[in-house]
Amino acid sequence: MKRLNLWAAALLLMLGASMAHAELTIEITKGSDQAIPIAIVPMAGGEALPEKVSRIIGNDLERSGRFEPLPRESLISTPSSSEDVYYQDWQQLGSDYLVVGRVENQNGQYRIQYELLNVNGEDRMLGEVVTSSPEELRDSAHYISNQIFESITGIRGAFLTNIAYVRANGVGDNIKYTLNIADADGHNNQVILTSDEPILSPAWSPDGKKLAYVSFETGRSAIYVQNIATGQRVRLTSFEGINGAPAWSPDGRKLAMSLSKEGQPEIYVMDLASRDITRLTHSEAIDTEPDWAPNGDSLIFTSDRSGNPQIYRYNLSAEQAQRITFTGSYNSRGRFSPYGDTIFMVTRDEQGFHIARQNLETDRMTILTESNWDESPSVAPNGTMVIFATQEGNRGVLGLVSADGSASFRLPSPEGDVRSPAWSPFLN
Amino acid sequence: MQFKPYAQGLAVAVSLAVLAGCSTTGGTQDGSMDGTSGMGAGTGSGAASSQGMDSGQGVSGSEMSDRNAIPEQRTIYFAFDRNNIRPEFEPILEAHAQYLKRHPNTQVVLEGHADERGTREYNLGLGERRAQAVKQYLSVEGVPSAQVEIVSYGEERPAVRGHNEASYAKNRRVVFDY
Repeated sequence: MKRLNLWAAALLLMLGASMAHAELTIEITKGSDQAIPIAIVPMAGGEALPEKVSRIIGNDLERSGRFEPLPRESLISTPSSSEDVYYQDWQQLGSDYLVVGRVENQNGQYRIQYELLNVNGEDRMLGEVVTSSPEELRDSAHYISNQIFESITGIRGAFLTNIAYVRANGVGDNIKYTLNIADADGHNNQVILTSDEPILSPAWSPDGKKLAYVSFETGRSAIYVQNIATGQRVRLTSFEGINGAPAWSPDGRKLAMSLSKEGQPEIYVMDLASRDITRLTHSEAIDTEPDWAPNGDSLIFTSDRSGNPQIYRYNLSAEQAQRITFTGSYNSRGRFSPYGDTIFMVTRDEQGFHIARQNLETDRMTILTESNWDESPSVAPNGTMVIFATQEGNRGVLGLVSADGSASFRLPSPEGDVRSPAWSPFLN
Repeated sequence: MQFKPYAQGLAVAVSLAVLAGCSTTGGTQDGSMDGTSGMGAGTGSGAASSQGMDSGQGVSGSEMSDRNAIPEQRTIYFAFDRNNIRPEFEPILEAHAQYLKRHPNTQVVLEGHADERGTREYNLGLGERRAQAVKQYLSVEGVPSAQVEIVSYGEERPAVRGHNEASYAKNRRVVFDY
């Protein structure tokens, strides 16, 4: 299931191995009242595995904000097949769903057999056998989480996705910056770029194979595109002034960006095949942080042309921008939900900077986070969660919040400042 | 994680390759987007690391002593969300203007910085505005714009850390980098 070839993997993991202890973990900040109780019985034969499949599934479902896995000590029995399940037991326990299964080692491959049961309906919703190499166990567990999540919610699961983020270690002139890729749960961290100069704004190509980002490694900002599997990369722009905020078009053929080569930062679009650049905005203000609507017909961006930063929407056929945020004096870094009907952004109130959601039909804005240093929202490809950068003490950490704000999580890092998260598209 | 044993075994063997991979990679603006030509395509161009600001200037002995004449105070500070030059910093800018006019072959990079509040890319814009204000001031003082380059780091290179106004005030700055 890994997409890296061996050579690239060896190269990357040389760096990654030294950072392995720097993996992110996930802690619950706020659970949702509406979380669905689900019992995940430890799989028979599963506790001896190098990766605890049942635990990974439970963690996945819990950090989706939609589920509340029952504590293990409350499980009244440990069936491994639907045939051994007494539904009344689980009904009394208040569990709406039940996951049972077993794992067998067959010549070095694992055969994972699992079932999802509807406790109140007393029926089987899913039953499947997954074969996995030892290396694929975590991914196989995420796959099962996806199946369970979609079966119950009707929404495609996003557990088999990645996040990219930037870590800064050190202070003053001795800061080292790394660009990292990890599983969505923080595991399998890999460093794909190391620099003495700032790295920011990683952005996934729609096919999940490349990252665009801004690097100051030459002493000036420049936009690069790096092939994740091979490590090969190209410098796309290095104009005078700011080269920032790369954003891929939904078809992957264009990159929107903010360039100040003509004076002030303006929004441009580069055709990646021809490298032709088209300027979209003409203001005396800072225009930056573009993001494409999922259908490709428009972009949103941040502009302070009104005197403070607000979000505007540029219609590509009308060639006109319209302001779309009016609540509060600071709204920036808008990101579309995958459905195009909602944007997530950074907003400021008296307490500080929070992640907010705005419905584009009603223009109603809702603040989702209670922390005060929140920025860089990036939306999961299924639209259910937003990952963002925030602060704990004097350290940069990542946070997760459900799209409705009901559940939130932290991904503390054992070292450095972690920031600029970007959630990958679906990879499977 | 599952590759760790490989990584340990290969650690010495590939460490040089890793370094090479970090610094070469992929070439110039004419490079191939899809990278179909493999690792080799990156060699020989685009070695992006460590191009020092002073490289190629050919600093000779006498110029070295001139460098000692660069005004010592090389950082000026700004108010929140502002990019106007505060009066107390005008003498510093004038000293730099004099120096640059006396040394027409000298280049300076104005590094613009913002405090950590707000979004990173927007703060790149704020840092640039501050550096532009300084460049404009120098220009009015008679410094040719060709001698002055602007790089905005936004909030990416804070001078000090801390979520308080004292820290923010030290981070909202423009630095003269000769």
